Amino acid sequence: MTGPETGPDALSPLQPAAFHILLALADGDRHGYAVIQEVEARTGGKVRLSAGTLYRSIQRLLEQGLIAEVRERPLPELDDERRRYYRITPRGIAAARGEARRLAQLVDMARARGLAPGRA
Amino acid sequence: MTRLYRALLTVYPASFRRQYGAEMLGIFARRRREAAGPLAVATLWAATLGEVLGNAAAVHWDLLRQDLRYTARSVRRAPGFAATVLLVVALGIGANTAAFTVTDFVLVRPLPFREPERLVKLWESRPGYERMEPSPANYRDWKRMSSAFESIGGFTGTSVNLVGQGDPVRLEGAKVTAEVLPLLGVRPLLGRFFTAAEDRPGSGGTVLLSYRLWQDELGGDRHALGRRVSLDGAPFVVIGIMPREFHFPDRRARLWMPARLRDQDFLDRNDNWLEVVAKRKRGVSLAVARAEMAVVAARLESQYPKEDARTGAVVIGLREELSQQSRLLLLALSGAALCVLLIACANLAGLLLARALARRQELEVRAALGAGRERLLRQLVTESLALAVLGGALGILVAATAVPLLARLAPASLPIAQAPAIDWRVLIFAVLLTGATGIGFGLVPALRACREADFGGLREGGARGGGGRRERLRAALVMVEVTASVVLLISSGLLIRALWRLQATHPGFRAQGVLTLRTALPTPKYAATTRRAAFYQRVLTGVRALPGVDGAAYASFLPMAHPGGIFPVALEGQPLQREAAKAASLRFVTPGYFAAMGIPLRRGRDVSEADARDRPFVAVVSDSFVRRYWPDQEPLGRHFQFAFHERTVVGVAGDVRVRGLDRSSEPQVYVPYLQVPDGAFPYYAPKDLVVRSAASAESLLSALRQIIRAADPEQPVSEVRTLAAVVAEQTASRSLQLRVLGAFAVIAFLLAGIGIHGLLACAVSQRAREIGVRRALGAQSADILTMVLRSGVLTAAMGLVPGLALAYGAGRGMEALLAGVEPGDAPTFAAAAALCLLMTMSGSVIPALRALRVDPMTVVRTE
Repeated sequence: MTGPETGPDALSPLQPAAFHILLALADGDRHGYAVIQEVEARTGGKVRLSAGTLYRSIQRLLEQGLIAEVRERPLPELDDERRRYYRITPRGIAAARGEARRLAQLVDMARARGLAPGRA
Repeated sequence: MTRLYRALLTVYPASFRRQYGAEMLGIFARRRREAAGPLAVATLWAATLGEVLGNAAAVHWDLLRQDLRYTARSVRRAPGFAATVLLVVALGIGANTAAFTVTDFVLVRPLPFREPERLVKLWESRPGYERMEPSPANYRDWKRMSSAFESIGGFTGTSVNLVGQGDPVRLEGAKVTAEVLPLLGVRPLLGRFFTAAEDRPGSGGTVLLSYRLWQDELGGDRHALGRRVSLDGAPFVVIGIMPREFHFPDRRARLWMPARLRDQDFLDRNDNWLEVVAKRKRGVSLAVARAEMAVVAARLESQYPKEDARTGAVVIGLREELSQQSRLLLLALSGAALCVLLIACANLAGLLLARALARRQELEVRAALGAGRERLLRQLVTESLALAVLGGALGILVAATAVPLLARLAPASLPIAQAPAIDWRVLIFAVLLTGATGIGFGLVPALRACREADFGGLREGGARGGGGRRERLRAALVMVEVTASVVLLISSGLLIRALWRLQATHPGFRAQGVLTLRTALPTPKYAATTRRAAFYQRVLTGVRALPGVDGAAYASFLPMAHPGGIFPVALEGQPLQREAAKAASLRFVTPGYFAAMGIPLRRGRDVSEADARDRPFVAVVSDSFVRRYWPDQEPLGRHFQFAFHERTVVGVAGDVRVRGLDRSSEPQVYVPYLQVPDGAFPYYAPKDLVVRSAASAESLLSALRQIIRAADPEQPVSEVRTLAAVVAEQTASRSLQLRVLGAFAVIAFLLAGIGIHGLLACAVSQRAREIGVRRALGAQSADILTMVLRSGVLTAAMGLVPGLALAYGAGRGMEALLAGVEPGDAPTFAAAAALCLLMTMSGSVIPALRALRVDPMTVVRTE
């Protein structure tokens, strides 16, 4: 495992669960369960993160500095005392971009061999 | 349901659970609510179970990698510390693993036979002799009259000359009755065991070979069965090969032949030479077998009141054959190893304690950054375990190197291989020991460090609290180190005194400058006395003509190398009694034996070539013989009955320690080699040649071999060694044990010295402020020095008291090894105590001097 002192590219490829979590956090801070729901909704129910996978990935992402825990909470009436909220860091955005680029290159290669939809 | 999930969560690390447990529980509760119907619930549980186990393992792994990374970083930061820890652990684990390997091999592991716990040996007992080989007649009656045993067999050690390819060789082996090998529950590697018919006198010669002999002599030929070999000049057919790991009666045996007991073997109930092994019936306890044999012996005594007078039967487990000395030797070794480990652990705890203090800042920073107590504890324990595992691996290497050296402590009298191997038992032991060490020495300092790492936040100088507790822990560690060192020092000291005492014991002959070798003449070729005499004369004449040779002679056995050959003595008009108080050892010798051995001839004359068979039978007896039978009387010319003949005393020689340096011996009787009927006493026919010479052993030996080859080209030469080596052999296992124990003691002493120094230095630096204040208030250097030294010495003294008591206990326990040295030997105790105090004082001096350099103002100002 690499520490926060290494660049985001060193983290590539990201684990699928980690990538999903970064994507879910890309448009706003969320707590753990909200991340699960978001991922489930976006993938049409295909990806359903388990609690263990979620928090294991969150702990790693925290250690790698790709996400951070948010101290200030959203509106008090929406807040639940038990919940921690997470926010994607600039480093996390960079890592997600890098992963997206990597996947896009892969798809390009597949397309060039007629293995994916779209123009060659 | 949630309770079950909560329980399941405990497989996660505590820190993870604390952080995320509540939220995971919430998510699970939702999932549980969503699941409709028993099938969905079952699916949810199955998925959850797999998920939790998988993720928990992954989280543990993440933490482990993280902690190992921290460990690697802190090792890089303090390589000296890490190297010290590794060294200490390696020594502790290595010493213990090696000691365990040998002790387990000799004392614990079942013997390599089937159901070895049911195997026993049967001995006769007579006044003065606890264990004596039974006579064949008693063996036969025991077999007939007892019912406690499934099978009883007899055997006796033998050695034969094998004339094959190359030089003739002398081989050790055993003659066994047909019952012995099947009774041990082994199977031959090839071929079969002896049949009852082959065990009868007059049947054709058959032989079983050991794996090694099969490899050496027959090249491991798979078709060796049926091959003929010539043993002592007679043809024997190879009927089987024994497996490689079969050693019986001990590891020297190379071949087995049927005992073929003859009718005349059963005539004399006082002819004790057969060893007897038996297998208890299933369900018959040792006590029951003993009780039955006592009855059998009593019945035989009433049946044969003269021959079996006061003769008992002794039943002993096969492994219990081991002498008490060998057992003690190994137990002492294990105890010493344990002391080393104890000191090593105390040292490590001290090292880690000091290190934890030095890292207080780091721990506090991490605590402030949100690492929980569990997390820090886990990291510290992982660190000490990682160091312990590395040290343990090194320790196994240390043990692997040490075991072959220690293997000589394994007595030759057991039916086991020479050297133990480092196998899974040993590895499991080492792993358990390493784990216990890692947790044992890591946990306390880690707990302490975590308690002290202030979780409220960073506070300058915040470690002053808890100082008293730490002080007590440190004092306890010093005490442990002192106690263990004292026990080791005194035990080694006592053994050194015992060894010195033994080495100072005069054997009764001058061992320097004597070379010995054995030419065991085979029967029937040399059954006639004149045949043997011709051989001896030819060899001795040749040897005496060699330049530099001062004397040469033949004797039945060398002293110490063979303790047996004991016969009862009867003065004129007295009955023969087989008891120790009336026994003497018999040796047939050629003229010149006393001169060659350097045994002083006090009165009368040596045996001579004129003492032939048709002359009156004469004998030279030892001082102690005269003291016992004719105190203050003229012994020369007196008669006594011995070894089936009446003999006249013609000379008196000095006493010889026939049975060894640390045991009392029977008086000795030497008789002329010519005065023996043909075929009588074949076992006592002179076989050991002693040559006193100024020439070097090597140049002498080749000349000797040439002379012997000229006398009989088929005669093998064996047991070539110097007489000094025979004597040294007496104390060899002792001095080896002492070297091992001494090495342990030195290691322990050094470790303890370093450890105590470290602990005291740490204590003094903790007290720097106090010392500064005292000096600011006017305390003199001498006062400070005295204060520091006094607290060190007081702590040491507290360890000294239990140490001395334990050492006395250990000394009492190994009294049998001490050769008469008192377990409470005052000089040894005083020396050990003084050494320990000295060690503590020198450990305190440097820290104390450093304390004096403390500038009072600096310390006071930083407050």
